[in-house]
Amino acid sequence: MSPIAIRAYTATTALGRGRAAQAEALRARRGGLRLNDFGPATLATWIGRVDGLETAALPPALARWECRNNRLAWLALQQDDMLDEVAAVRERYGAERVALVLGTSTASIGATEEAYADLRTDAAGDQYFPPELQRSIVHTPHSLGDFVREATGLRGPCVTVATACSSSAKVFAQAARLIHAGVVDAALVGGVDTLCGSVLYGFNALGLVSTQVCRPFDAARDGLSLGEAGGFAVLERARDGRGLQLRGYGESSDAHHMSTPHPEGLGARLAMRDALARAGIDAADVGYLNLHGTATPANDAVEARAVDVLFPATLHASSTKGWTGHTLGAAGIVESVFAMIALEDGDLPGTLNSEDVDAACGAQIRFENARAELRYAMNNSFGFGGNNASLVFGRAA
Amino acid sequence: MSSLVATLEGVGFWATGLPSWDAARDYVATGVRPENPPQRPSPQLLAPNERRRAPESVAVALEVALAACAAAGRDPKTLPSVFASTHGDLGITHYMCTTLSDDAASISPTRFHNSVHNAAAGYWTIGAGCVEPTTAVSSYDASFAQGLIEAMVQLQAGAPAVLLVAFDAASDGPLSAVSNSEGLLGGAMVLSNTPRHDAPQLRLTLVDGHARQPKGALADLLGGNAMAPMLPLFQALAGGQDLLALYAGPERKLRVEIAHA
Repeated sequence: MSPIAIRAYTATTALGRGRAAQAEALRARRGGLRLNDFGPATLATWIGRVDGLETAALPPALARWECRNNRLAWLALQQDDMLDEVAAVRERYGAERVALVLGTSTASIGATEEAYADLRTDAAGDQYFPPELQRSIVHTPHSLGDFVREATGLRGPCVTVATACSSSAKVFAQAARLIHAGVVDAALVGGVDTLCGSVLYGFNALGLVSTQVCRPFDAARDGLSLGEAGGFAVLERARDGRGLQLRGYGESSDAHHMSTPHPEGLGARLAMRDALARAGIDAADVGYLNLHGTATPANDAVEARAVDVLFPATLHASSTKGWTGHTLGAAGIVESVFAMIALEDGDLPGTLNSEDVDAACGAQIRFENARAELRYAMNNSFGFGGNNASLVFGRAA
Repeated sequence: MSSLVATLEGVGFWATGLPSWDAARDYVATGVRPENPPQRPSPQLLAPNERRRAPESVAVALEVALAACAAAGRDPKTLPSVFASTHGDLGITHYMCTTLSDDAASISPTRFHNSVHNAAAGYWTIGAGCVEPTTAVSSYDASFAQGLIEAMVQLQAGAPAVLLVAFDAASDGPLSAVSNSEGLLGGAMVLSNTPRHDAPQLRLTLVDGHARQPKGALADLLGGNAMAPMLPLFQALAGGQDLLALYAGPERKLRVEIAHA
């Protein structure tokens, strides 16, 4: 495919706000997980929580969208001059020529949970939401997309992608298609997911949450640590030979099970192979691969096998979820940002908290950080329903 | 923007009271509805036990998806797909939030994985044995228009044909007062790059302006469902109109021109 230019990018996670905080924590191997202190905190687990959201109210003009998820979106948009970068493409092309494609898994269901925890009862005995939460837009999946549309003034196609944990990787593919088809000239992509009862207790019910810090690809790994994060990137049609680029994307379905990956990693292999093919490169050209690497027994075994089938032993592949936790619908953008940081800085993250490499892993799976000059970096994101996405990033030629 | 063009190879439709595309077309033409229609679809793609257990949102999505593939003469296994829904499954959202409030530790793991917005997309690809890409999108009242745009740009990106599925289910509990949706409604279309003299052609252009409230027999009957903004296209297909507008966001509309076969 013809490359898509990446004019700006940012992420805000448990590691801090903005690109520099991410790069520094990854390089110093300083993790962001803490013992669960979210809400009633009755689950014994570790979480990647973003500090300061409780006091980061939205501006009055955006109060209709007020909720934890949109607060995190707004906080992430303040970093790395992202709003200025958005304004620049809006002015260059016109607001209707810039698309908004954002990913989330749970949107702001946390606000709906809050309403149900505080239901009122009327004279007829019917229950209703507390007045401050009687705002339709925060109780629907498009809460995020609609909020960012209002906050940025963009008027192109505006859509929320919600394919669980692949959501904000797939936004790059959808935005690339919109630009290639000539529907728009640029796009703001990204993703935001915040901690809420649904995911903490839901993943716990599936037996996928660890009581310890998550240990991706460790022989003794026993589940994930949940996290929250937000991130954005400004994409536009490549016009000149500078900066980073989206070079390829691959998407696939496992056609296997709603919450368990295909045992041979069929979908994972298809997505990675498709991304490499669209980029027009060989697997050996990739210098860093940020893995989905959730630290659940099933995901990591299957993903390691799929990587071993496709890539030479020289590849440096790692999971960064030991730093941030699994940020679900935001994992795609956060880990794409990490891949882009590796591409720009030459600092390749290893895998935090893990000590004994699972025998199922090939030589590609690395626990130690490394330094290398990269030509291409990749990111994998896989979600429930067997929904897979893989992205290839490179520099302008 | 330049227009997006596709052949509409096949349509699927299921709504409370109008349990097929044929029934919907007959209703538009004659005003007559089937007697004793089924309360919920019975999607043949799922095994019989799963057919009963599947959430209503998944059942209606799979029903119309399979019908559209059959009408197009396309093998479901071969098609990438786009699933558009305003709210996903409001009944499951109500269950999740009620249970979290009452006894969080008792959440059903199955209901949890069925709560993801791409549940229908997941069941579809599993049932069809389809490893092609699938996506699940929402854009509030503009979900159908935005899903249609994504399906069309997938064709531009090289997919020979793509399946678009749109659906919403009924709301439940206190959530109904803020996110209301009535009954079950699903619509599906197989779109392709192949010109066919026996199939309609769609031409889409995203423009400024406010799309009018859906009108016509289908909107009068099914307007309470959250996917009602899709109805102008199905009304026009059934009634032979050749120009309509779909709501595509605040002061944005998707103009659709239909060249009927």
